[in-house]
Amino acid sequence: MKLTPLLERRIIYLVLLIAVTIPLLIPIGWKTEVSYHVRMAYDLIEKTPAGKAVIISFDYDPSTMTELHPMAMSMIEHAWKKDQIIIATALWPQGPQLADKAFTEMLKKFPDKKYGVDYVNLGYKVGGMVTIQAMGRSMETVYPEDNSGTLYQDIPALKKIRTLKDISWISSLSSGVPGIKEWVMAGHDMNGVSVTGGTTAISAPGFIPYINSQNQLIGLLGGLKAAAEYESLLGLVGPASNKMDSQSIAHLLILVFIAIGNLKAWRKRKADREKNTLGVKNA
Amino acid sequence: MKRTLPLVVVFMIGMIVILSEFIPHRPFSKINETLENWFMIISGFAMLLGQISLIQVNTSKIRNRDENWQYNLAGMISFVLMLFVGFMWGMEKAPGLAGHGESLQAVLGMKPFDYLFEYVYTNLSATMFSLLAFFIASAAYRAFIIRSFESNLLMITAVIVILGRSSFGAMLTGWLPESWNILHLPKLTDFIMEFPNSAAQRAIMISAALGIIGSSLRIILGIERSYLGSDK
Amino acid sequence: MPEIMNVVGLYLGAFFTFCIFSFLYRDNPFYKFGEHVFVGLSAAYWLVYIFYKTLMPNLFTKLITDFSGNLILLIPAALGIMMLMRIHPKTTWISRYPLALVIGTSAGISILRYMQSDLLQQLTATMINPVVSGDGVTTIGNFLLIIGTICGIYFFYFSKKQEGVYAVPSKIGIWFLMISFGASFGYTVMARISLLIGRLEFLLKDWLHLIN
Repeated sequence: MKLTPLLERRIIYLVLLIAVTIPLLIPIGWKTEVSYHVRMAYDLIEKTPAGKAVIISFDYDPSTMTELHPMAMSMIEHAWKKDQIIIATALWPQGPQLADKAFTEMLKKFPDKKYGVDYVNLGYKVGGMVTIQAMGRSMETVYPEDNSGTLYQDIPALKKIRTLKDISWISSLSSGVPGIKEWVMAGHDMNGVSVTGGTTAISAPGFIPYINSQNQLIGLLGGLKAAAEYESLLGLVGPASNKMDSQSIAHLLILVFIAIGNLKAWRKRKADREKNTLGVKNA
Repeated sequence: MKRTLPLVVVFMIGMIVILSEFIPHRPFSKINETLENWFMIISGFAMLLGQISLIQVNTSKIRNRDENWQYNLAGMISFVLMLFVGFMWGMEKAPGLAGHGESLQAVLGMKPFDYLFEYVYTNLSATMFSLLAFFIASAAYRAFIIRSFESNLLMITAVIVILGRSSFGAMLTGWLPESWNILHLPKLTDFIMEFPNSAAQRAIMISAALGIIGSSLRIILGIERSYLGSDK
Repeated sequence: MPEIMNVVGLYLGAFFTFCIFSFLYRDNPFYKFGEHVFVGLSAAYWLVYIFYKTLMPNLFTKLITDFSGNLILLIPAALGIMMLMRIHPKTTWISRYPLALVIGTSAGISILRYMQSDLLQQLTATMINPVVSGDGVTTIGNFLLIIGTICGIYFFYFSKKQEGVYAVPSKIGIWFLMISFGASFGYTVMARISLLIGRLEFLLKDWLHLIN
């Protein structure tokens, strides 16, 4: 029976859907190994002393939440465990809502953390790299007030923060432009602040050259797998770890699709060759 | 004049920004700071312009009863609804023109703007992008075919990375002795990402940077003028 | 009441999720409806945020609370309004002035930042001593990094035709690029699958409560 391309496509969709769904319903429990770049990011946060102010920039929207939100929650948890003060910023307008969502979730674990003292959400600003550059001159000029309208000077957590240089590390959770690249360029290379971050897997290969001897980027979390690795470093089974079984099964399935596709192409090429040889002989 | 003066402005501003990097003192530092703040505000207006343009396109389609205009109408209704609730009652902890809308919050459990964001926008946005999973599976089957040495390289790397970045890959080569660590799939993937991938991406990065620097210079010197549009 | 509205919201979310997924079968009115609603909500979201989070605090509030102290802000305000003149074909030329400011600033900053981060720093990071004593794997990797970067840049040099012996580095550059594209494909698979898992988790966990 010969399948039409449309039917073939629909079968592929269905098989993928089933393959991803089953491990969500019946988890396998495969373990995740930690990669070097994730450990670098972890070590940066781990080694920062308590009381230091840090920035987590929510440069993503709901479309990539599955990959980046678990990273945000892990990094908030890690920074709070180390008693660091978190300043949330966003270069994407959807960022502040997602930051609030992450903080609300994490406050269940850390009920003692107070808004304005242990963390603050400065919200969204348009302008990308120019905005970061301006933060290097004055944070208050860029953010006259926080996301809820409280004036900058009235927020205790920001009392000692005048410019970006007063920040210990910046983590950009980025799903595109503006994002990590802008933070590396204006945050680290211009203002000398350590930058780390997380990104969607699709963008990760392009940012790896920044992890170099110049320390432009200190570690990188690329995609759901890296988020799961970070969770395992924190000793958690979090939202990313829970999805890794499905992820692994889907990876295997994609490899099977590639193999079948190649086998089919090879058989077609062989048949074409035989047909050509037969044609030459008959001629 | 309508074209020359803007070109002069671009040249002067571009030069001030560049000079302020090398002379970080007044007046350059102050001018640069002012420009950065103005940039943010003007960018805000530019974004508004984009949204206004979108409204224009949609309303014209609705007015002319173009094909599928009903969907444009649905889009505009959702636009107006979100805009209205956003301006009236604000979002999260920020108030709108009519305050926080406590009575609505009591019904919805959150502000109407946040409700639409949480239940409609988030789901639409996430699902739209998740469709790509199906398309990439289909592409892997139909288009990822070995044809030459180069495509072989591409395929082998892809297979190693796909396996190496799954929990299954770690299990598959977990039995290898310590001295063969580099062949352990997650480690091999780390190696590929850190060295050959980094080399190629760096080459792309450097080449693209040269291109961007060149085109920015053309803009500042007034050689590239297409961004000004035509005089018609 | 909020509990009921939460359930209504979840059903609304599930409905729109299926609207978009229905495209997998074929293009249909449900998909088109979902797509346009998304565009509408997205545009309004951006507009509200830009107004409330950038234009209000950085411009209007400052002008309202201390007009004389912030007189200079009238200039970007005027330029911003001039930008909006682009809407009408007859007044489009007015928008060239604010555009000139934005383009001039962007071009100046791009030259500086790309020169420093993507050119000089990257070149510096490539000029390393490749030999790491006692670590053969890193040494090989460093050699690959240096050769790959040089050959890759050589490949992108299009000003002269690469023939004969001059084509060899270019060929090596292509190999490195292919390896990188293969890795990118692997990562793309990972990214796309993750997004699908996220959606299924919403349906199975938040909506149907089939998983914890």
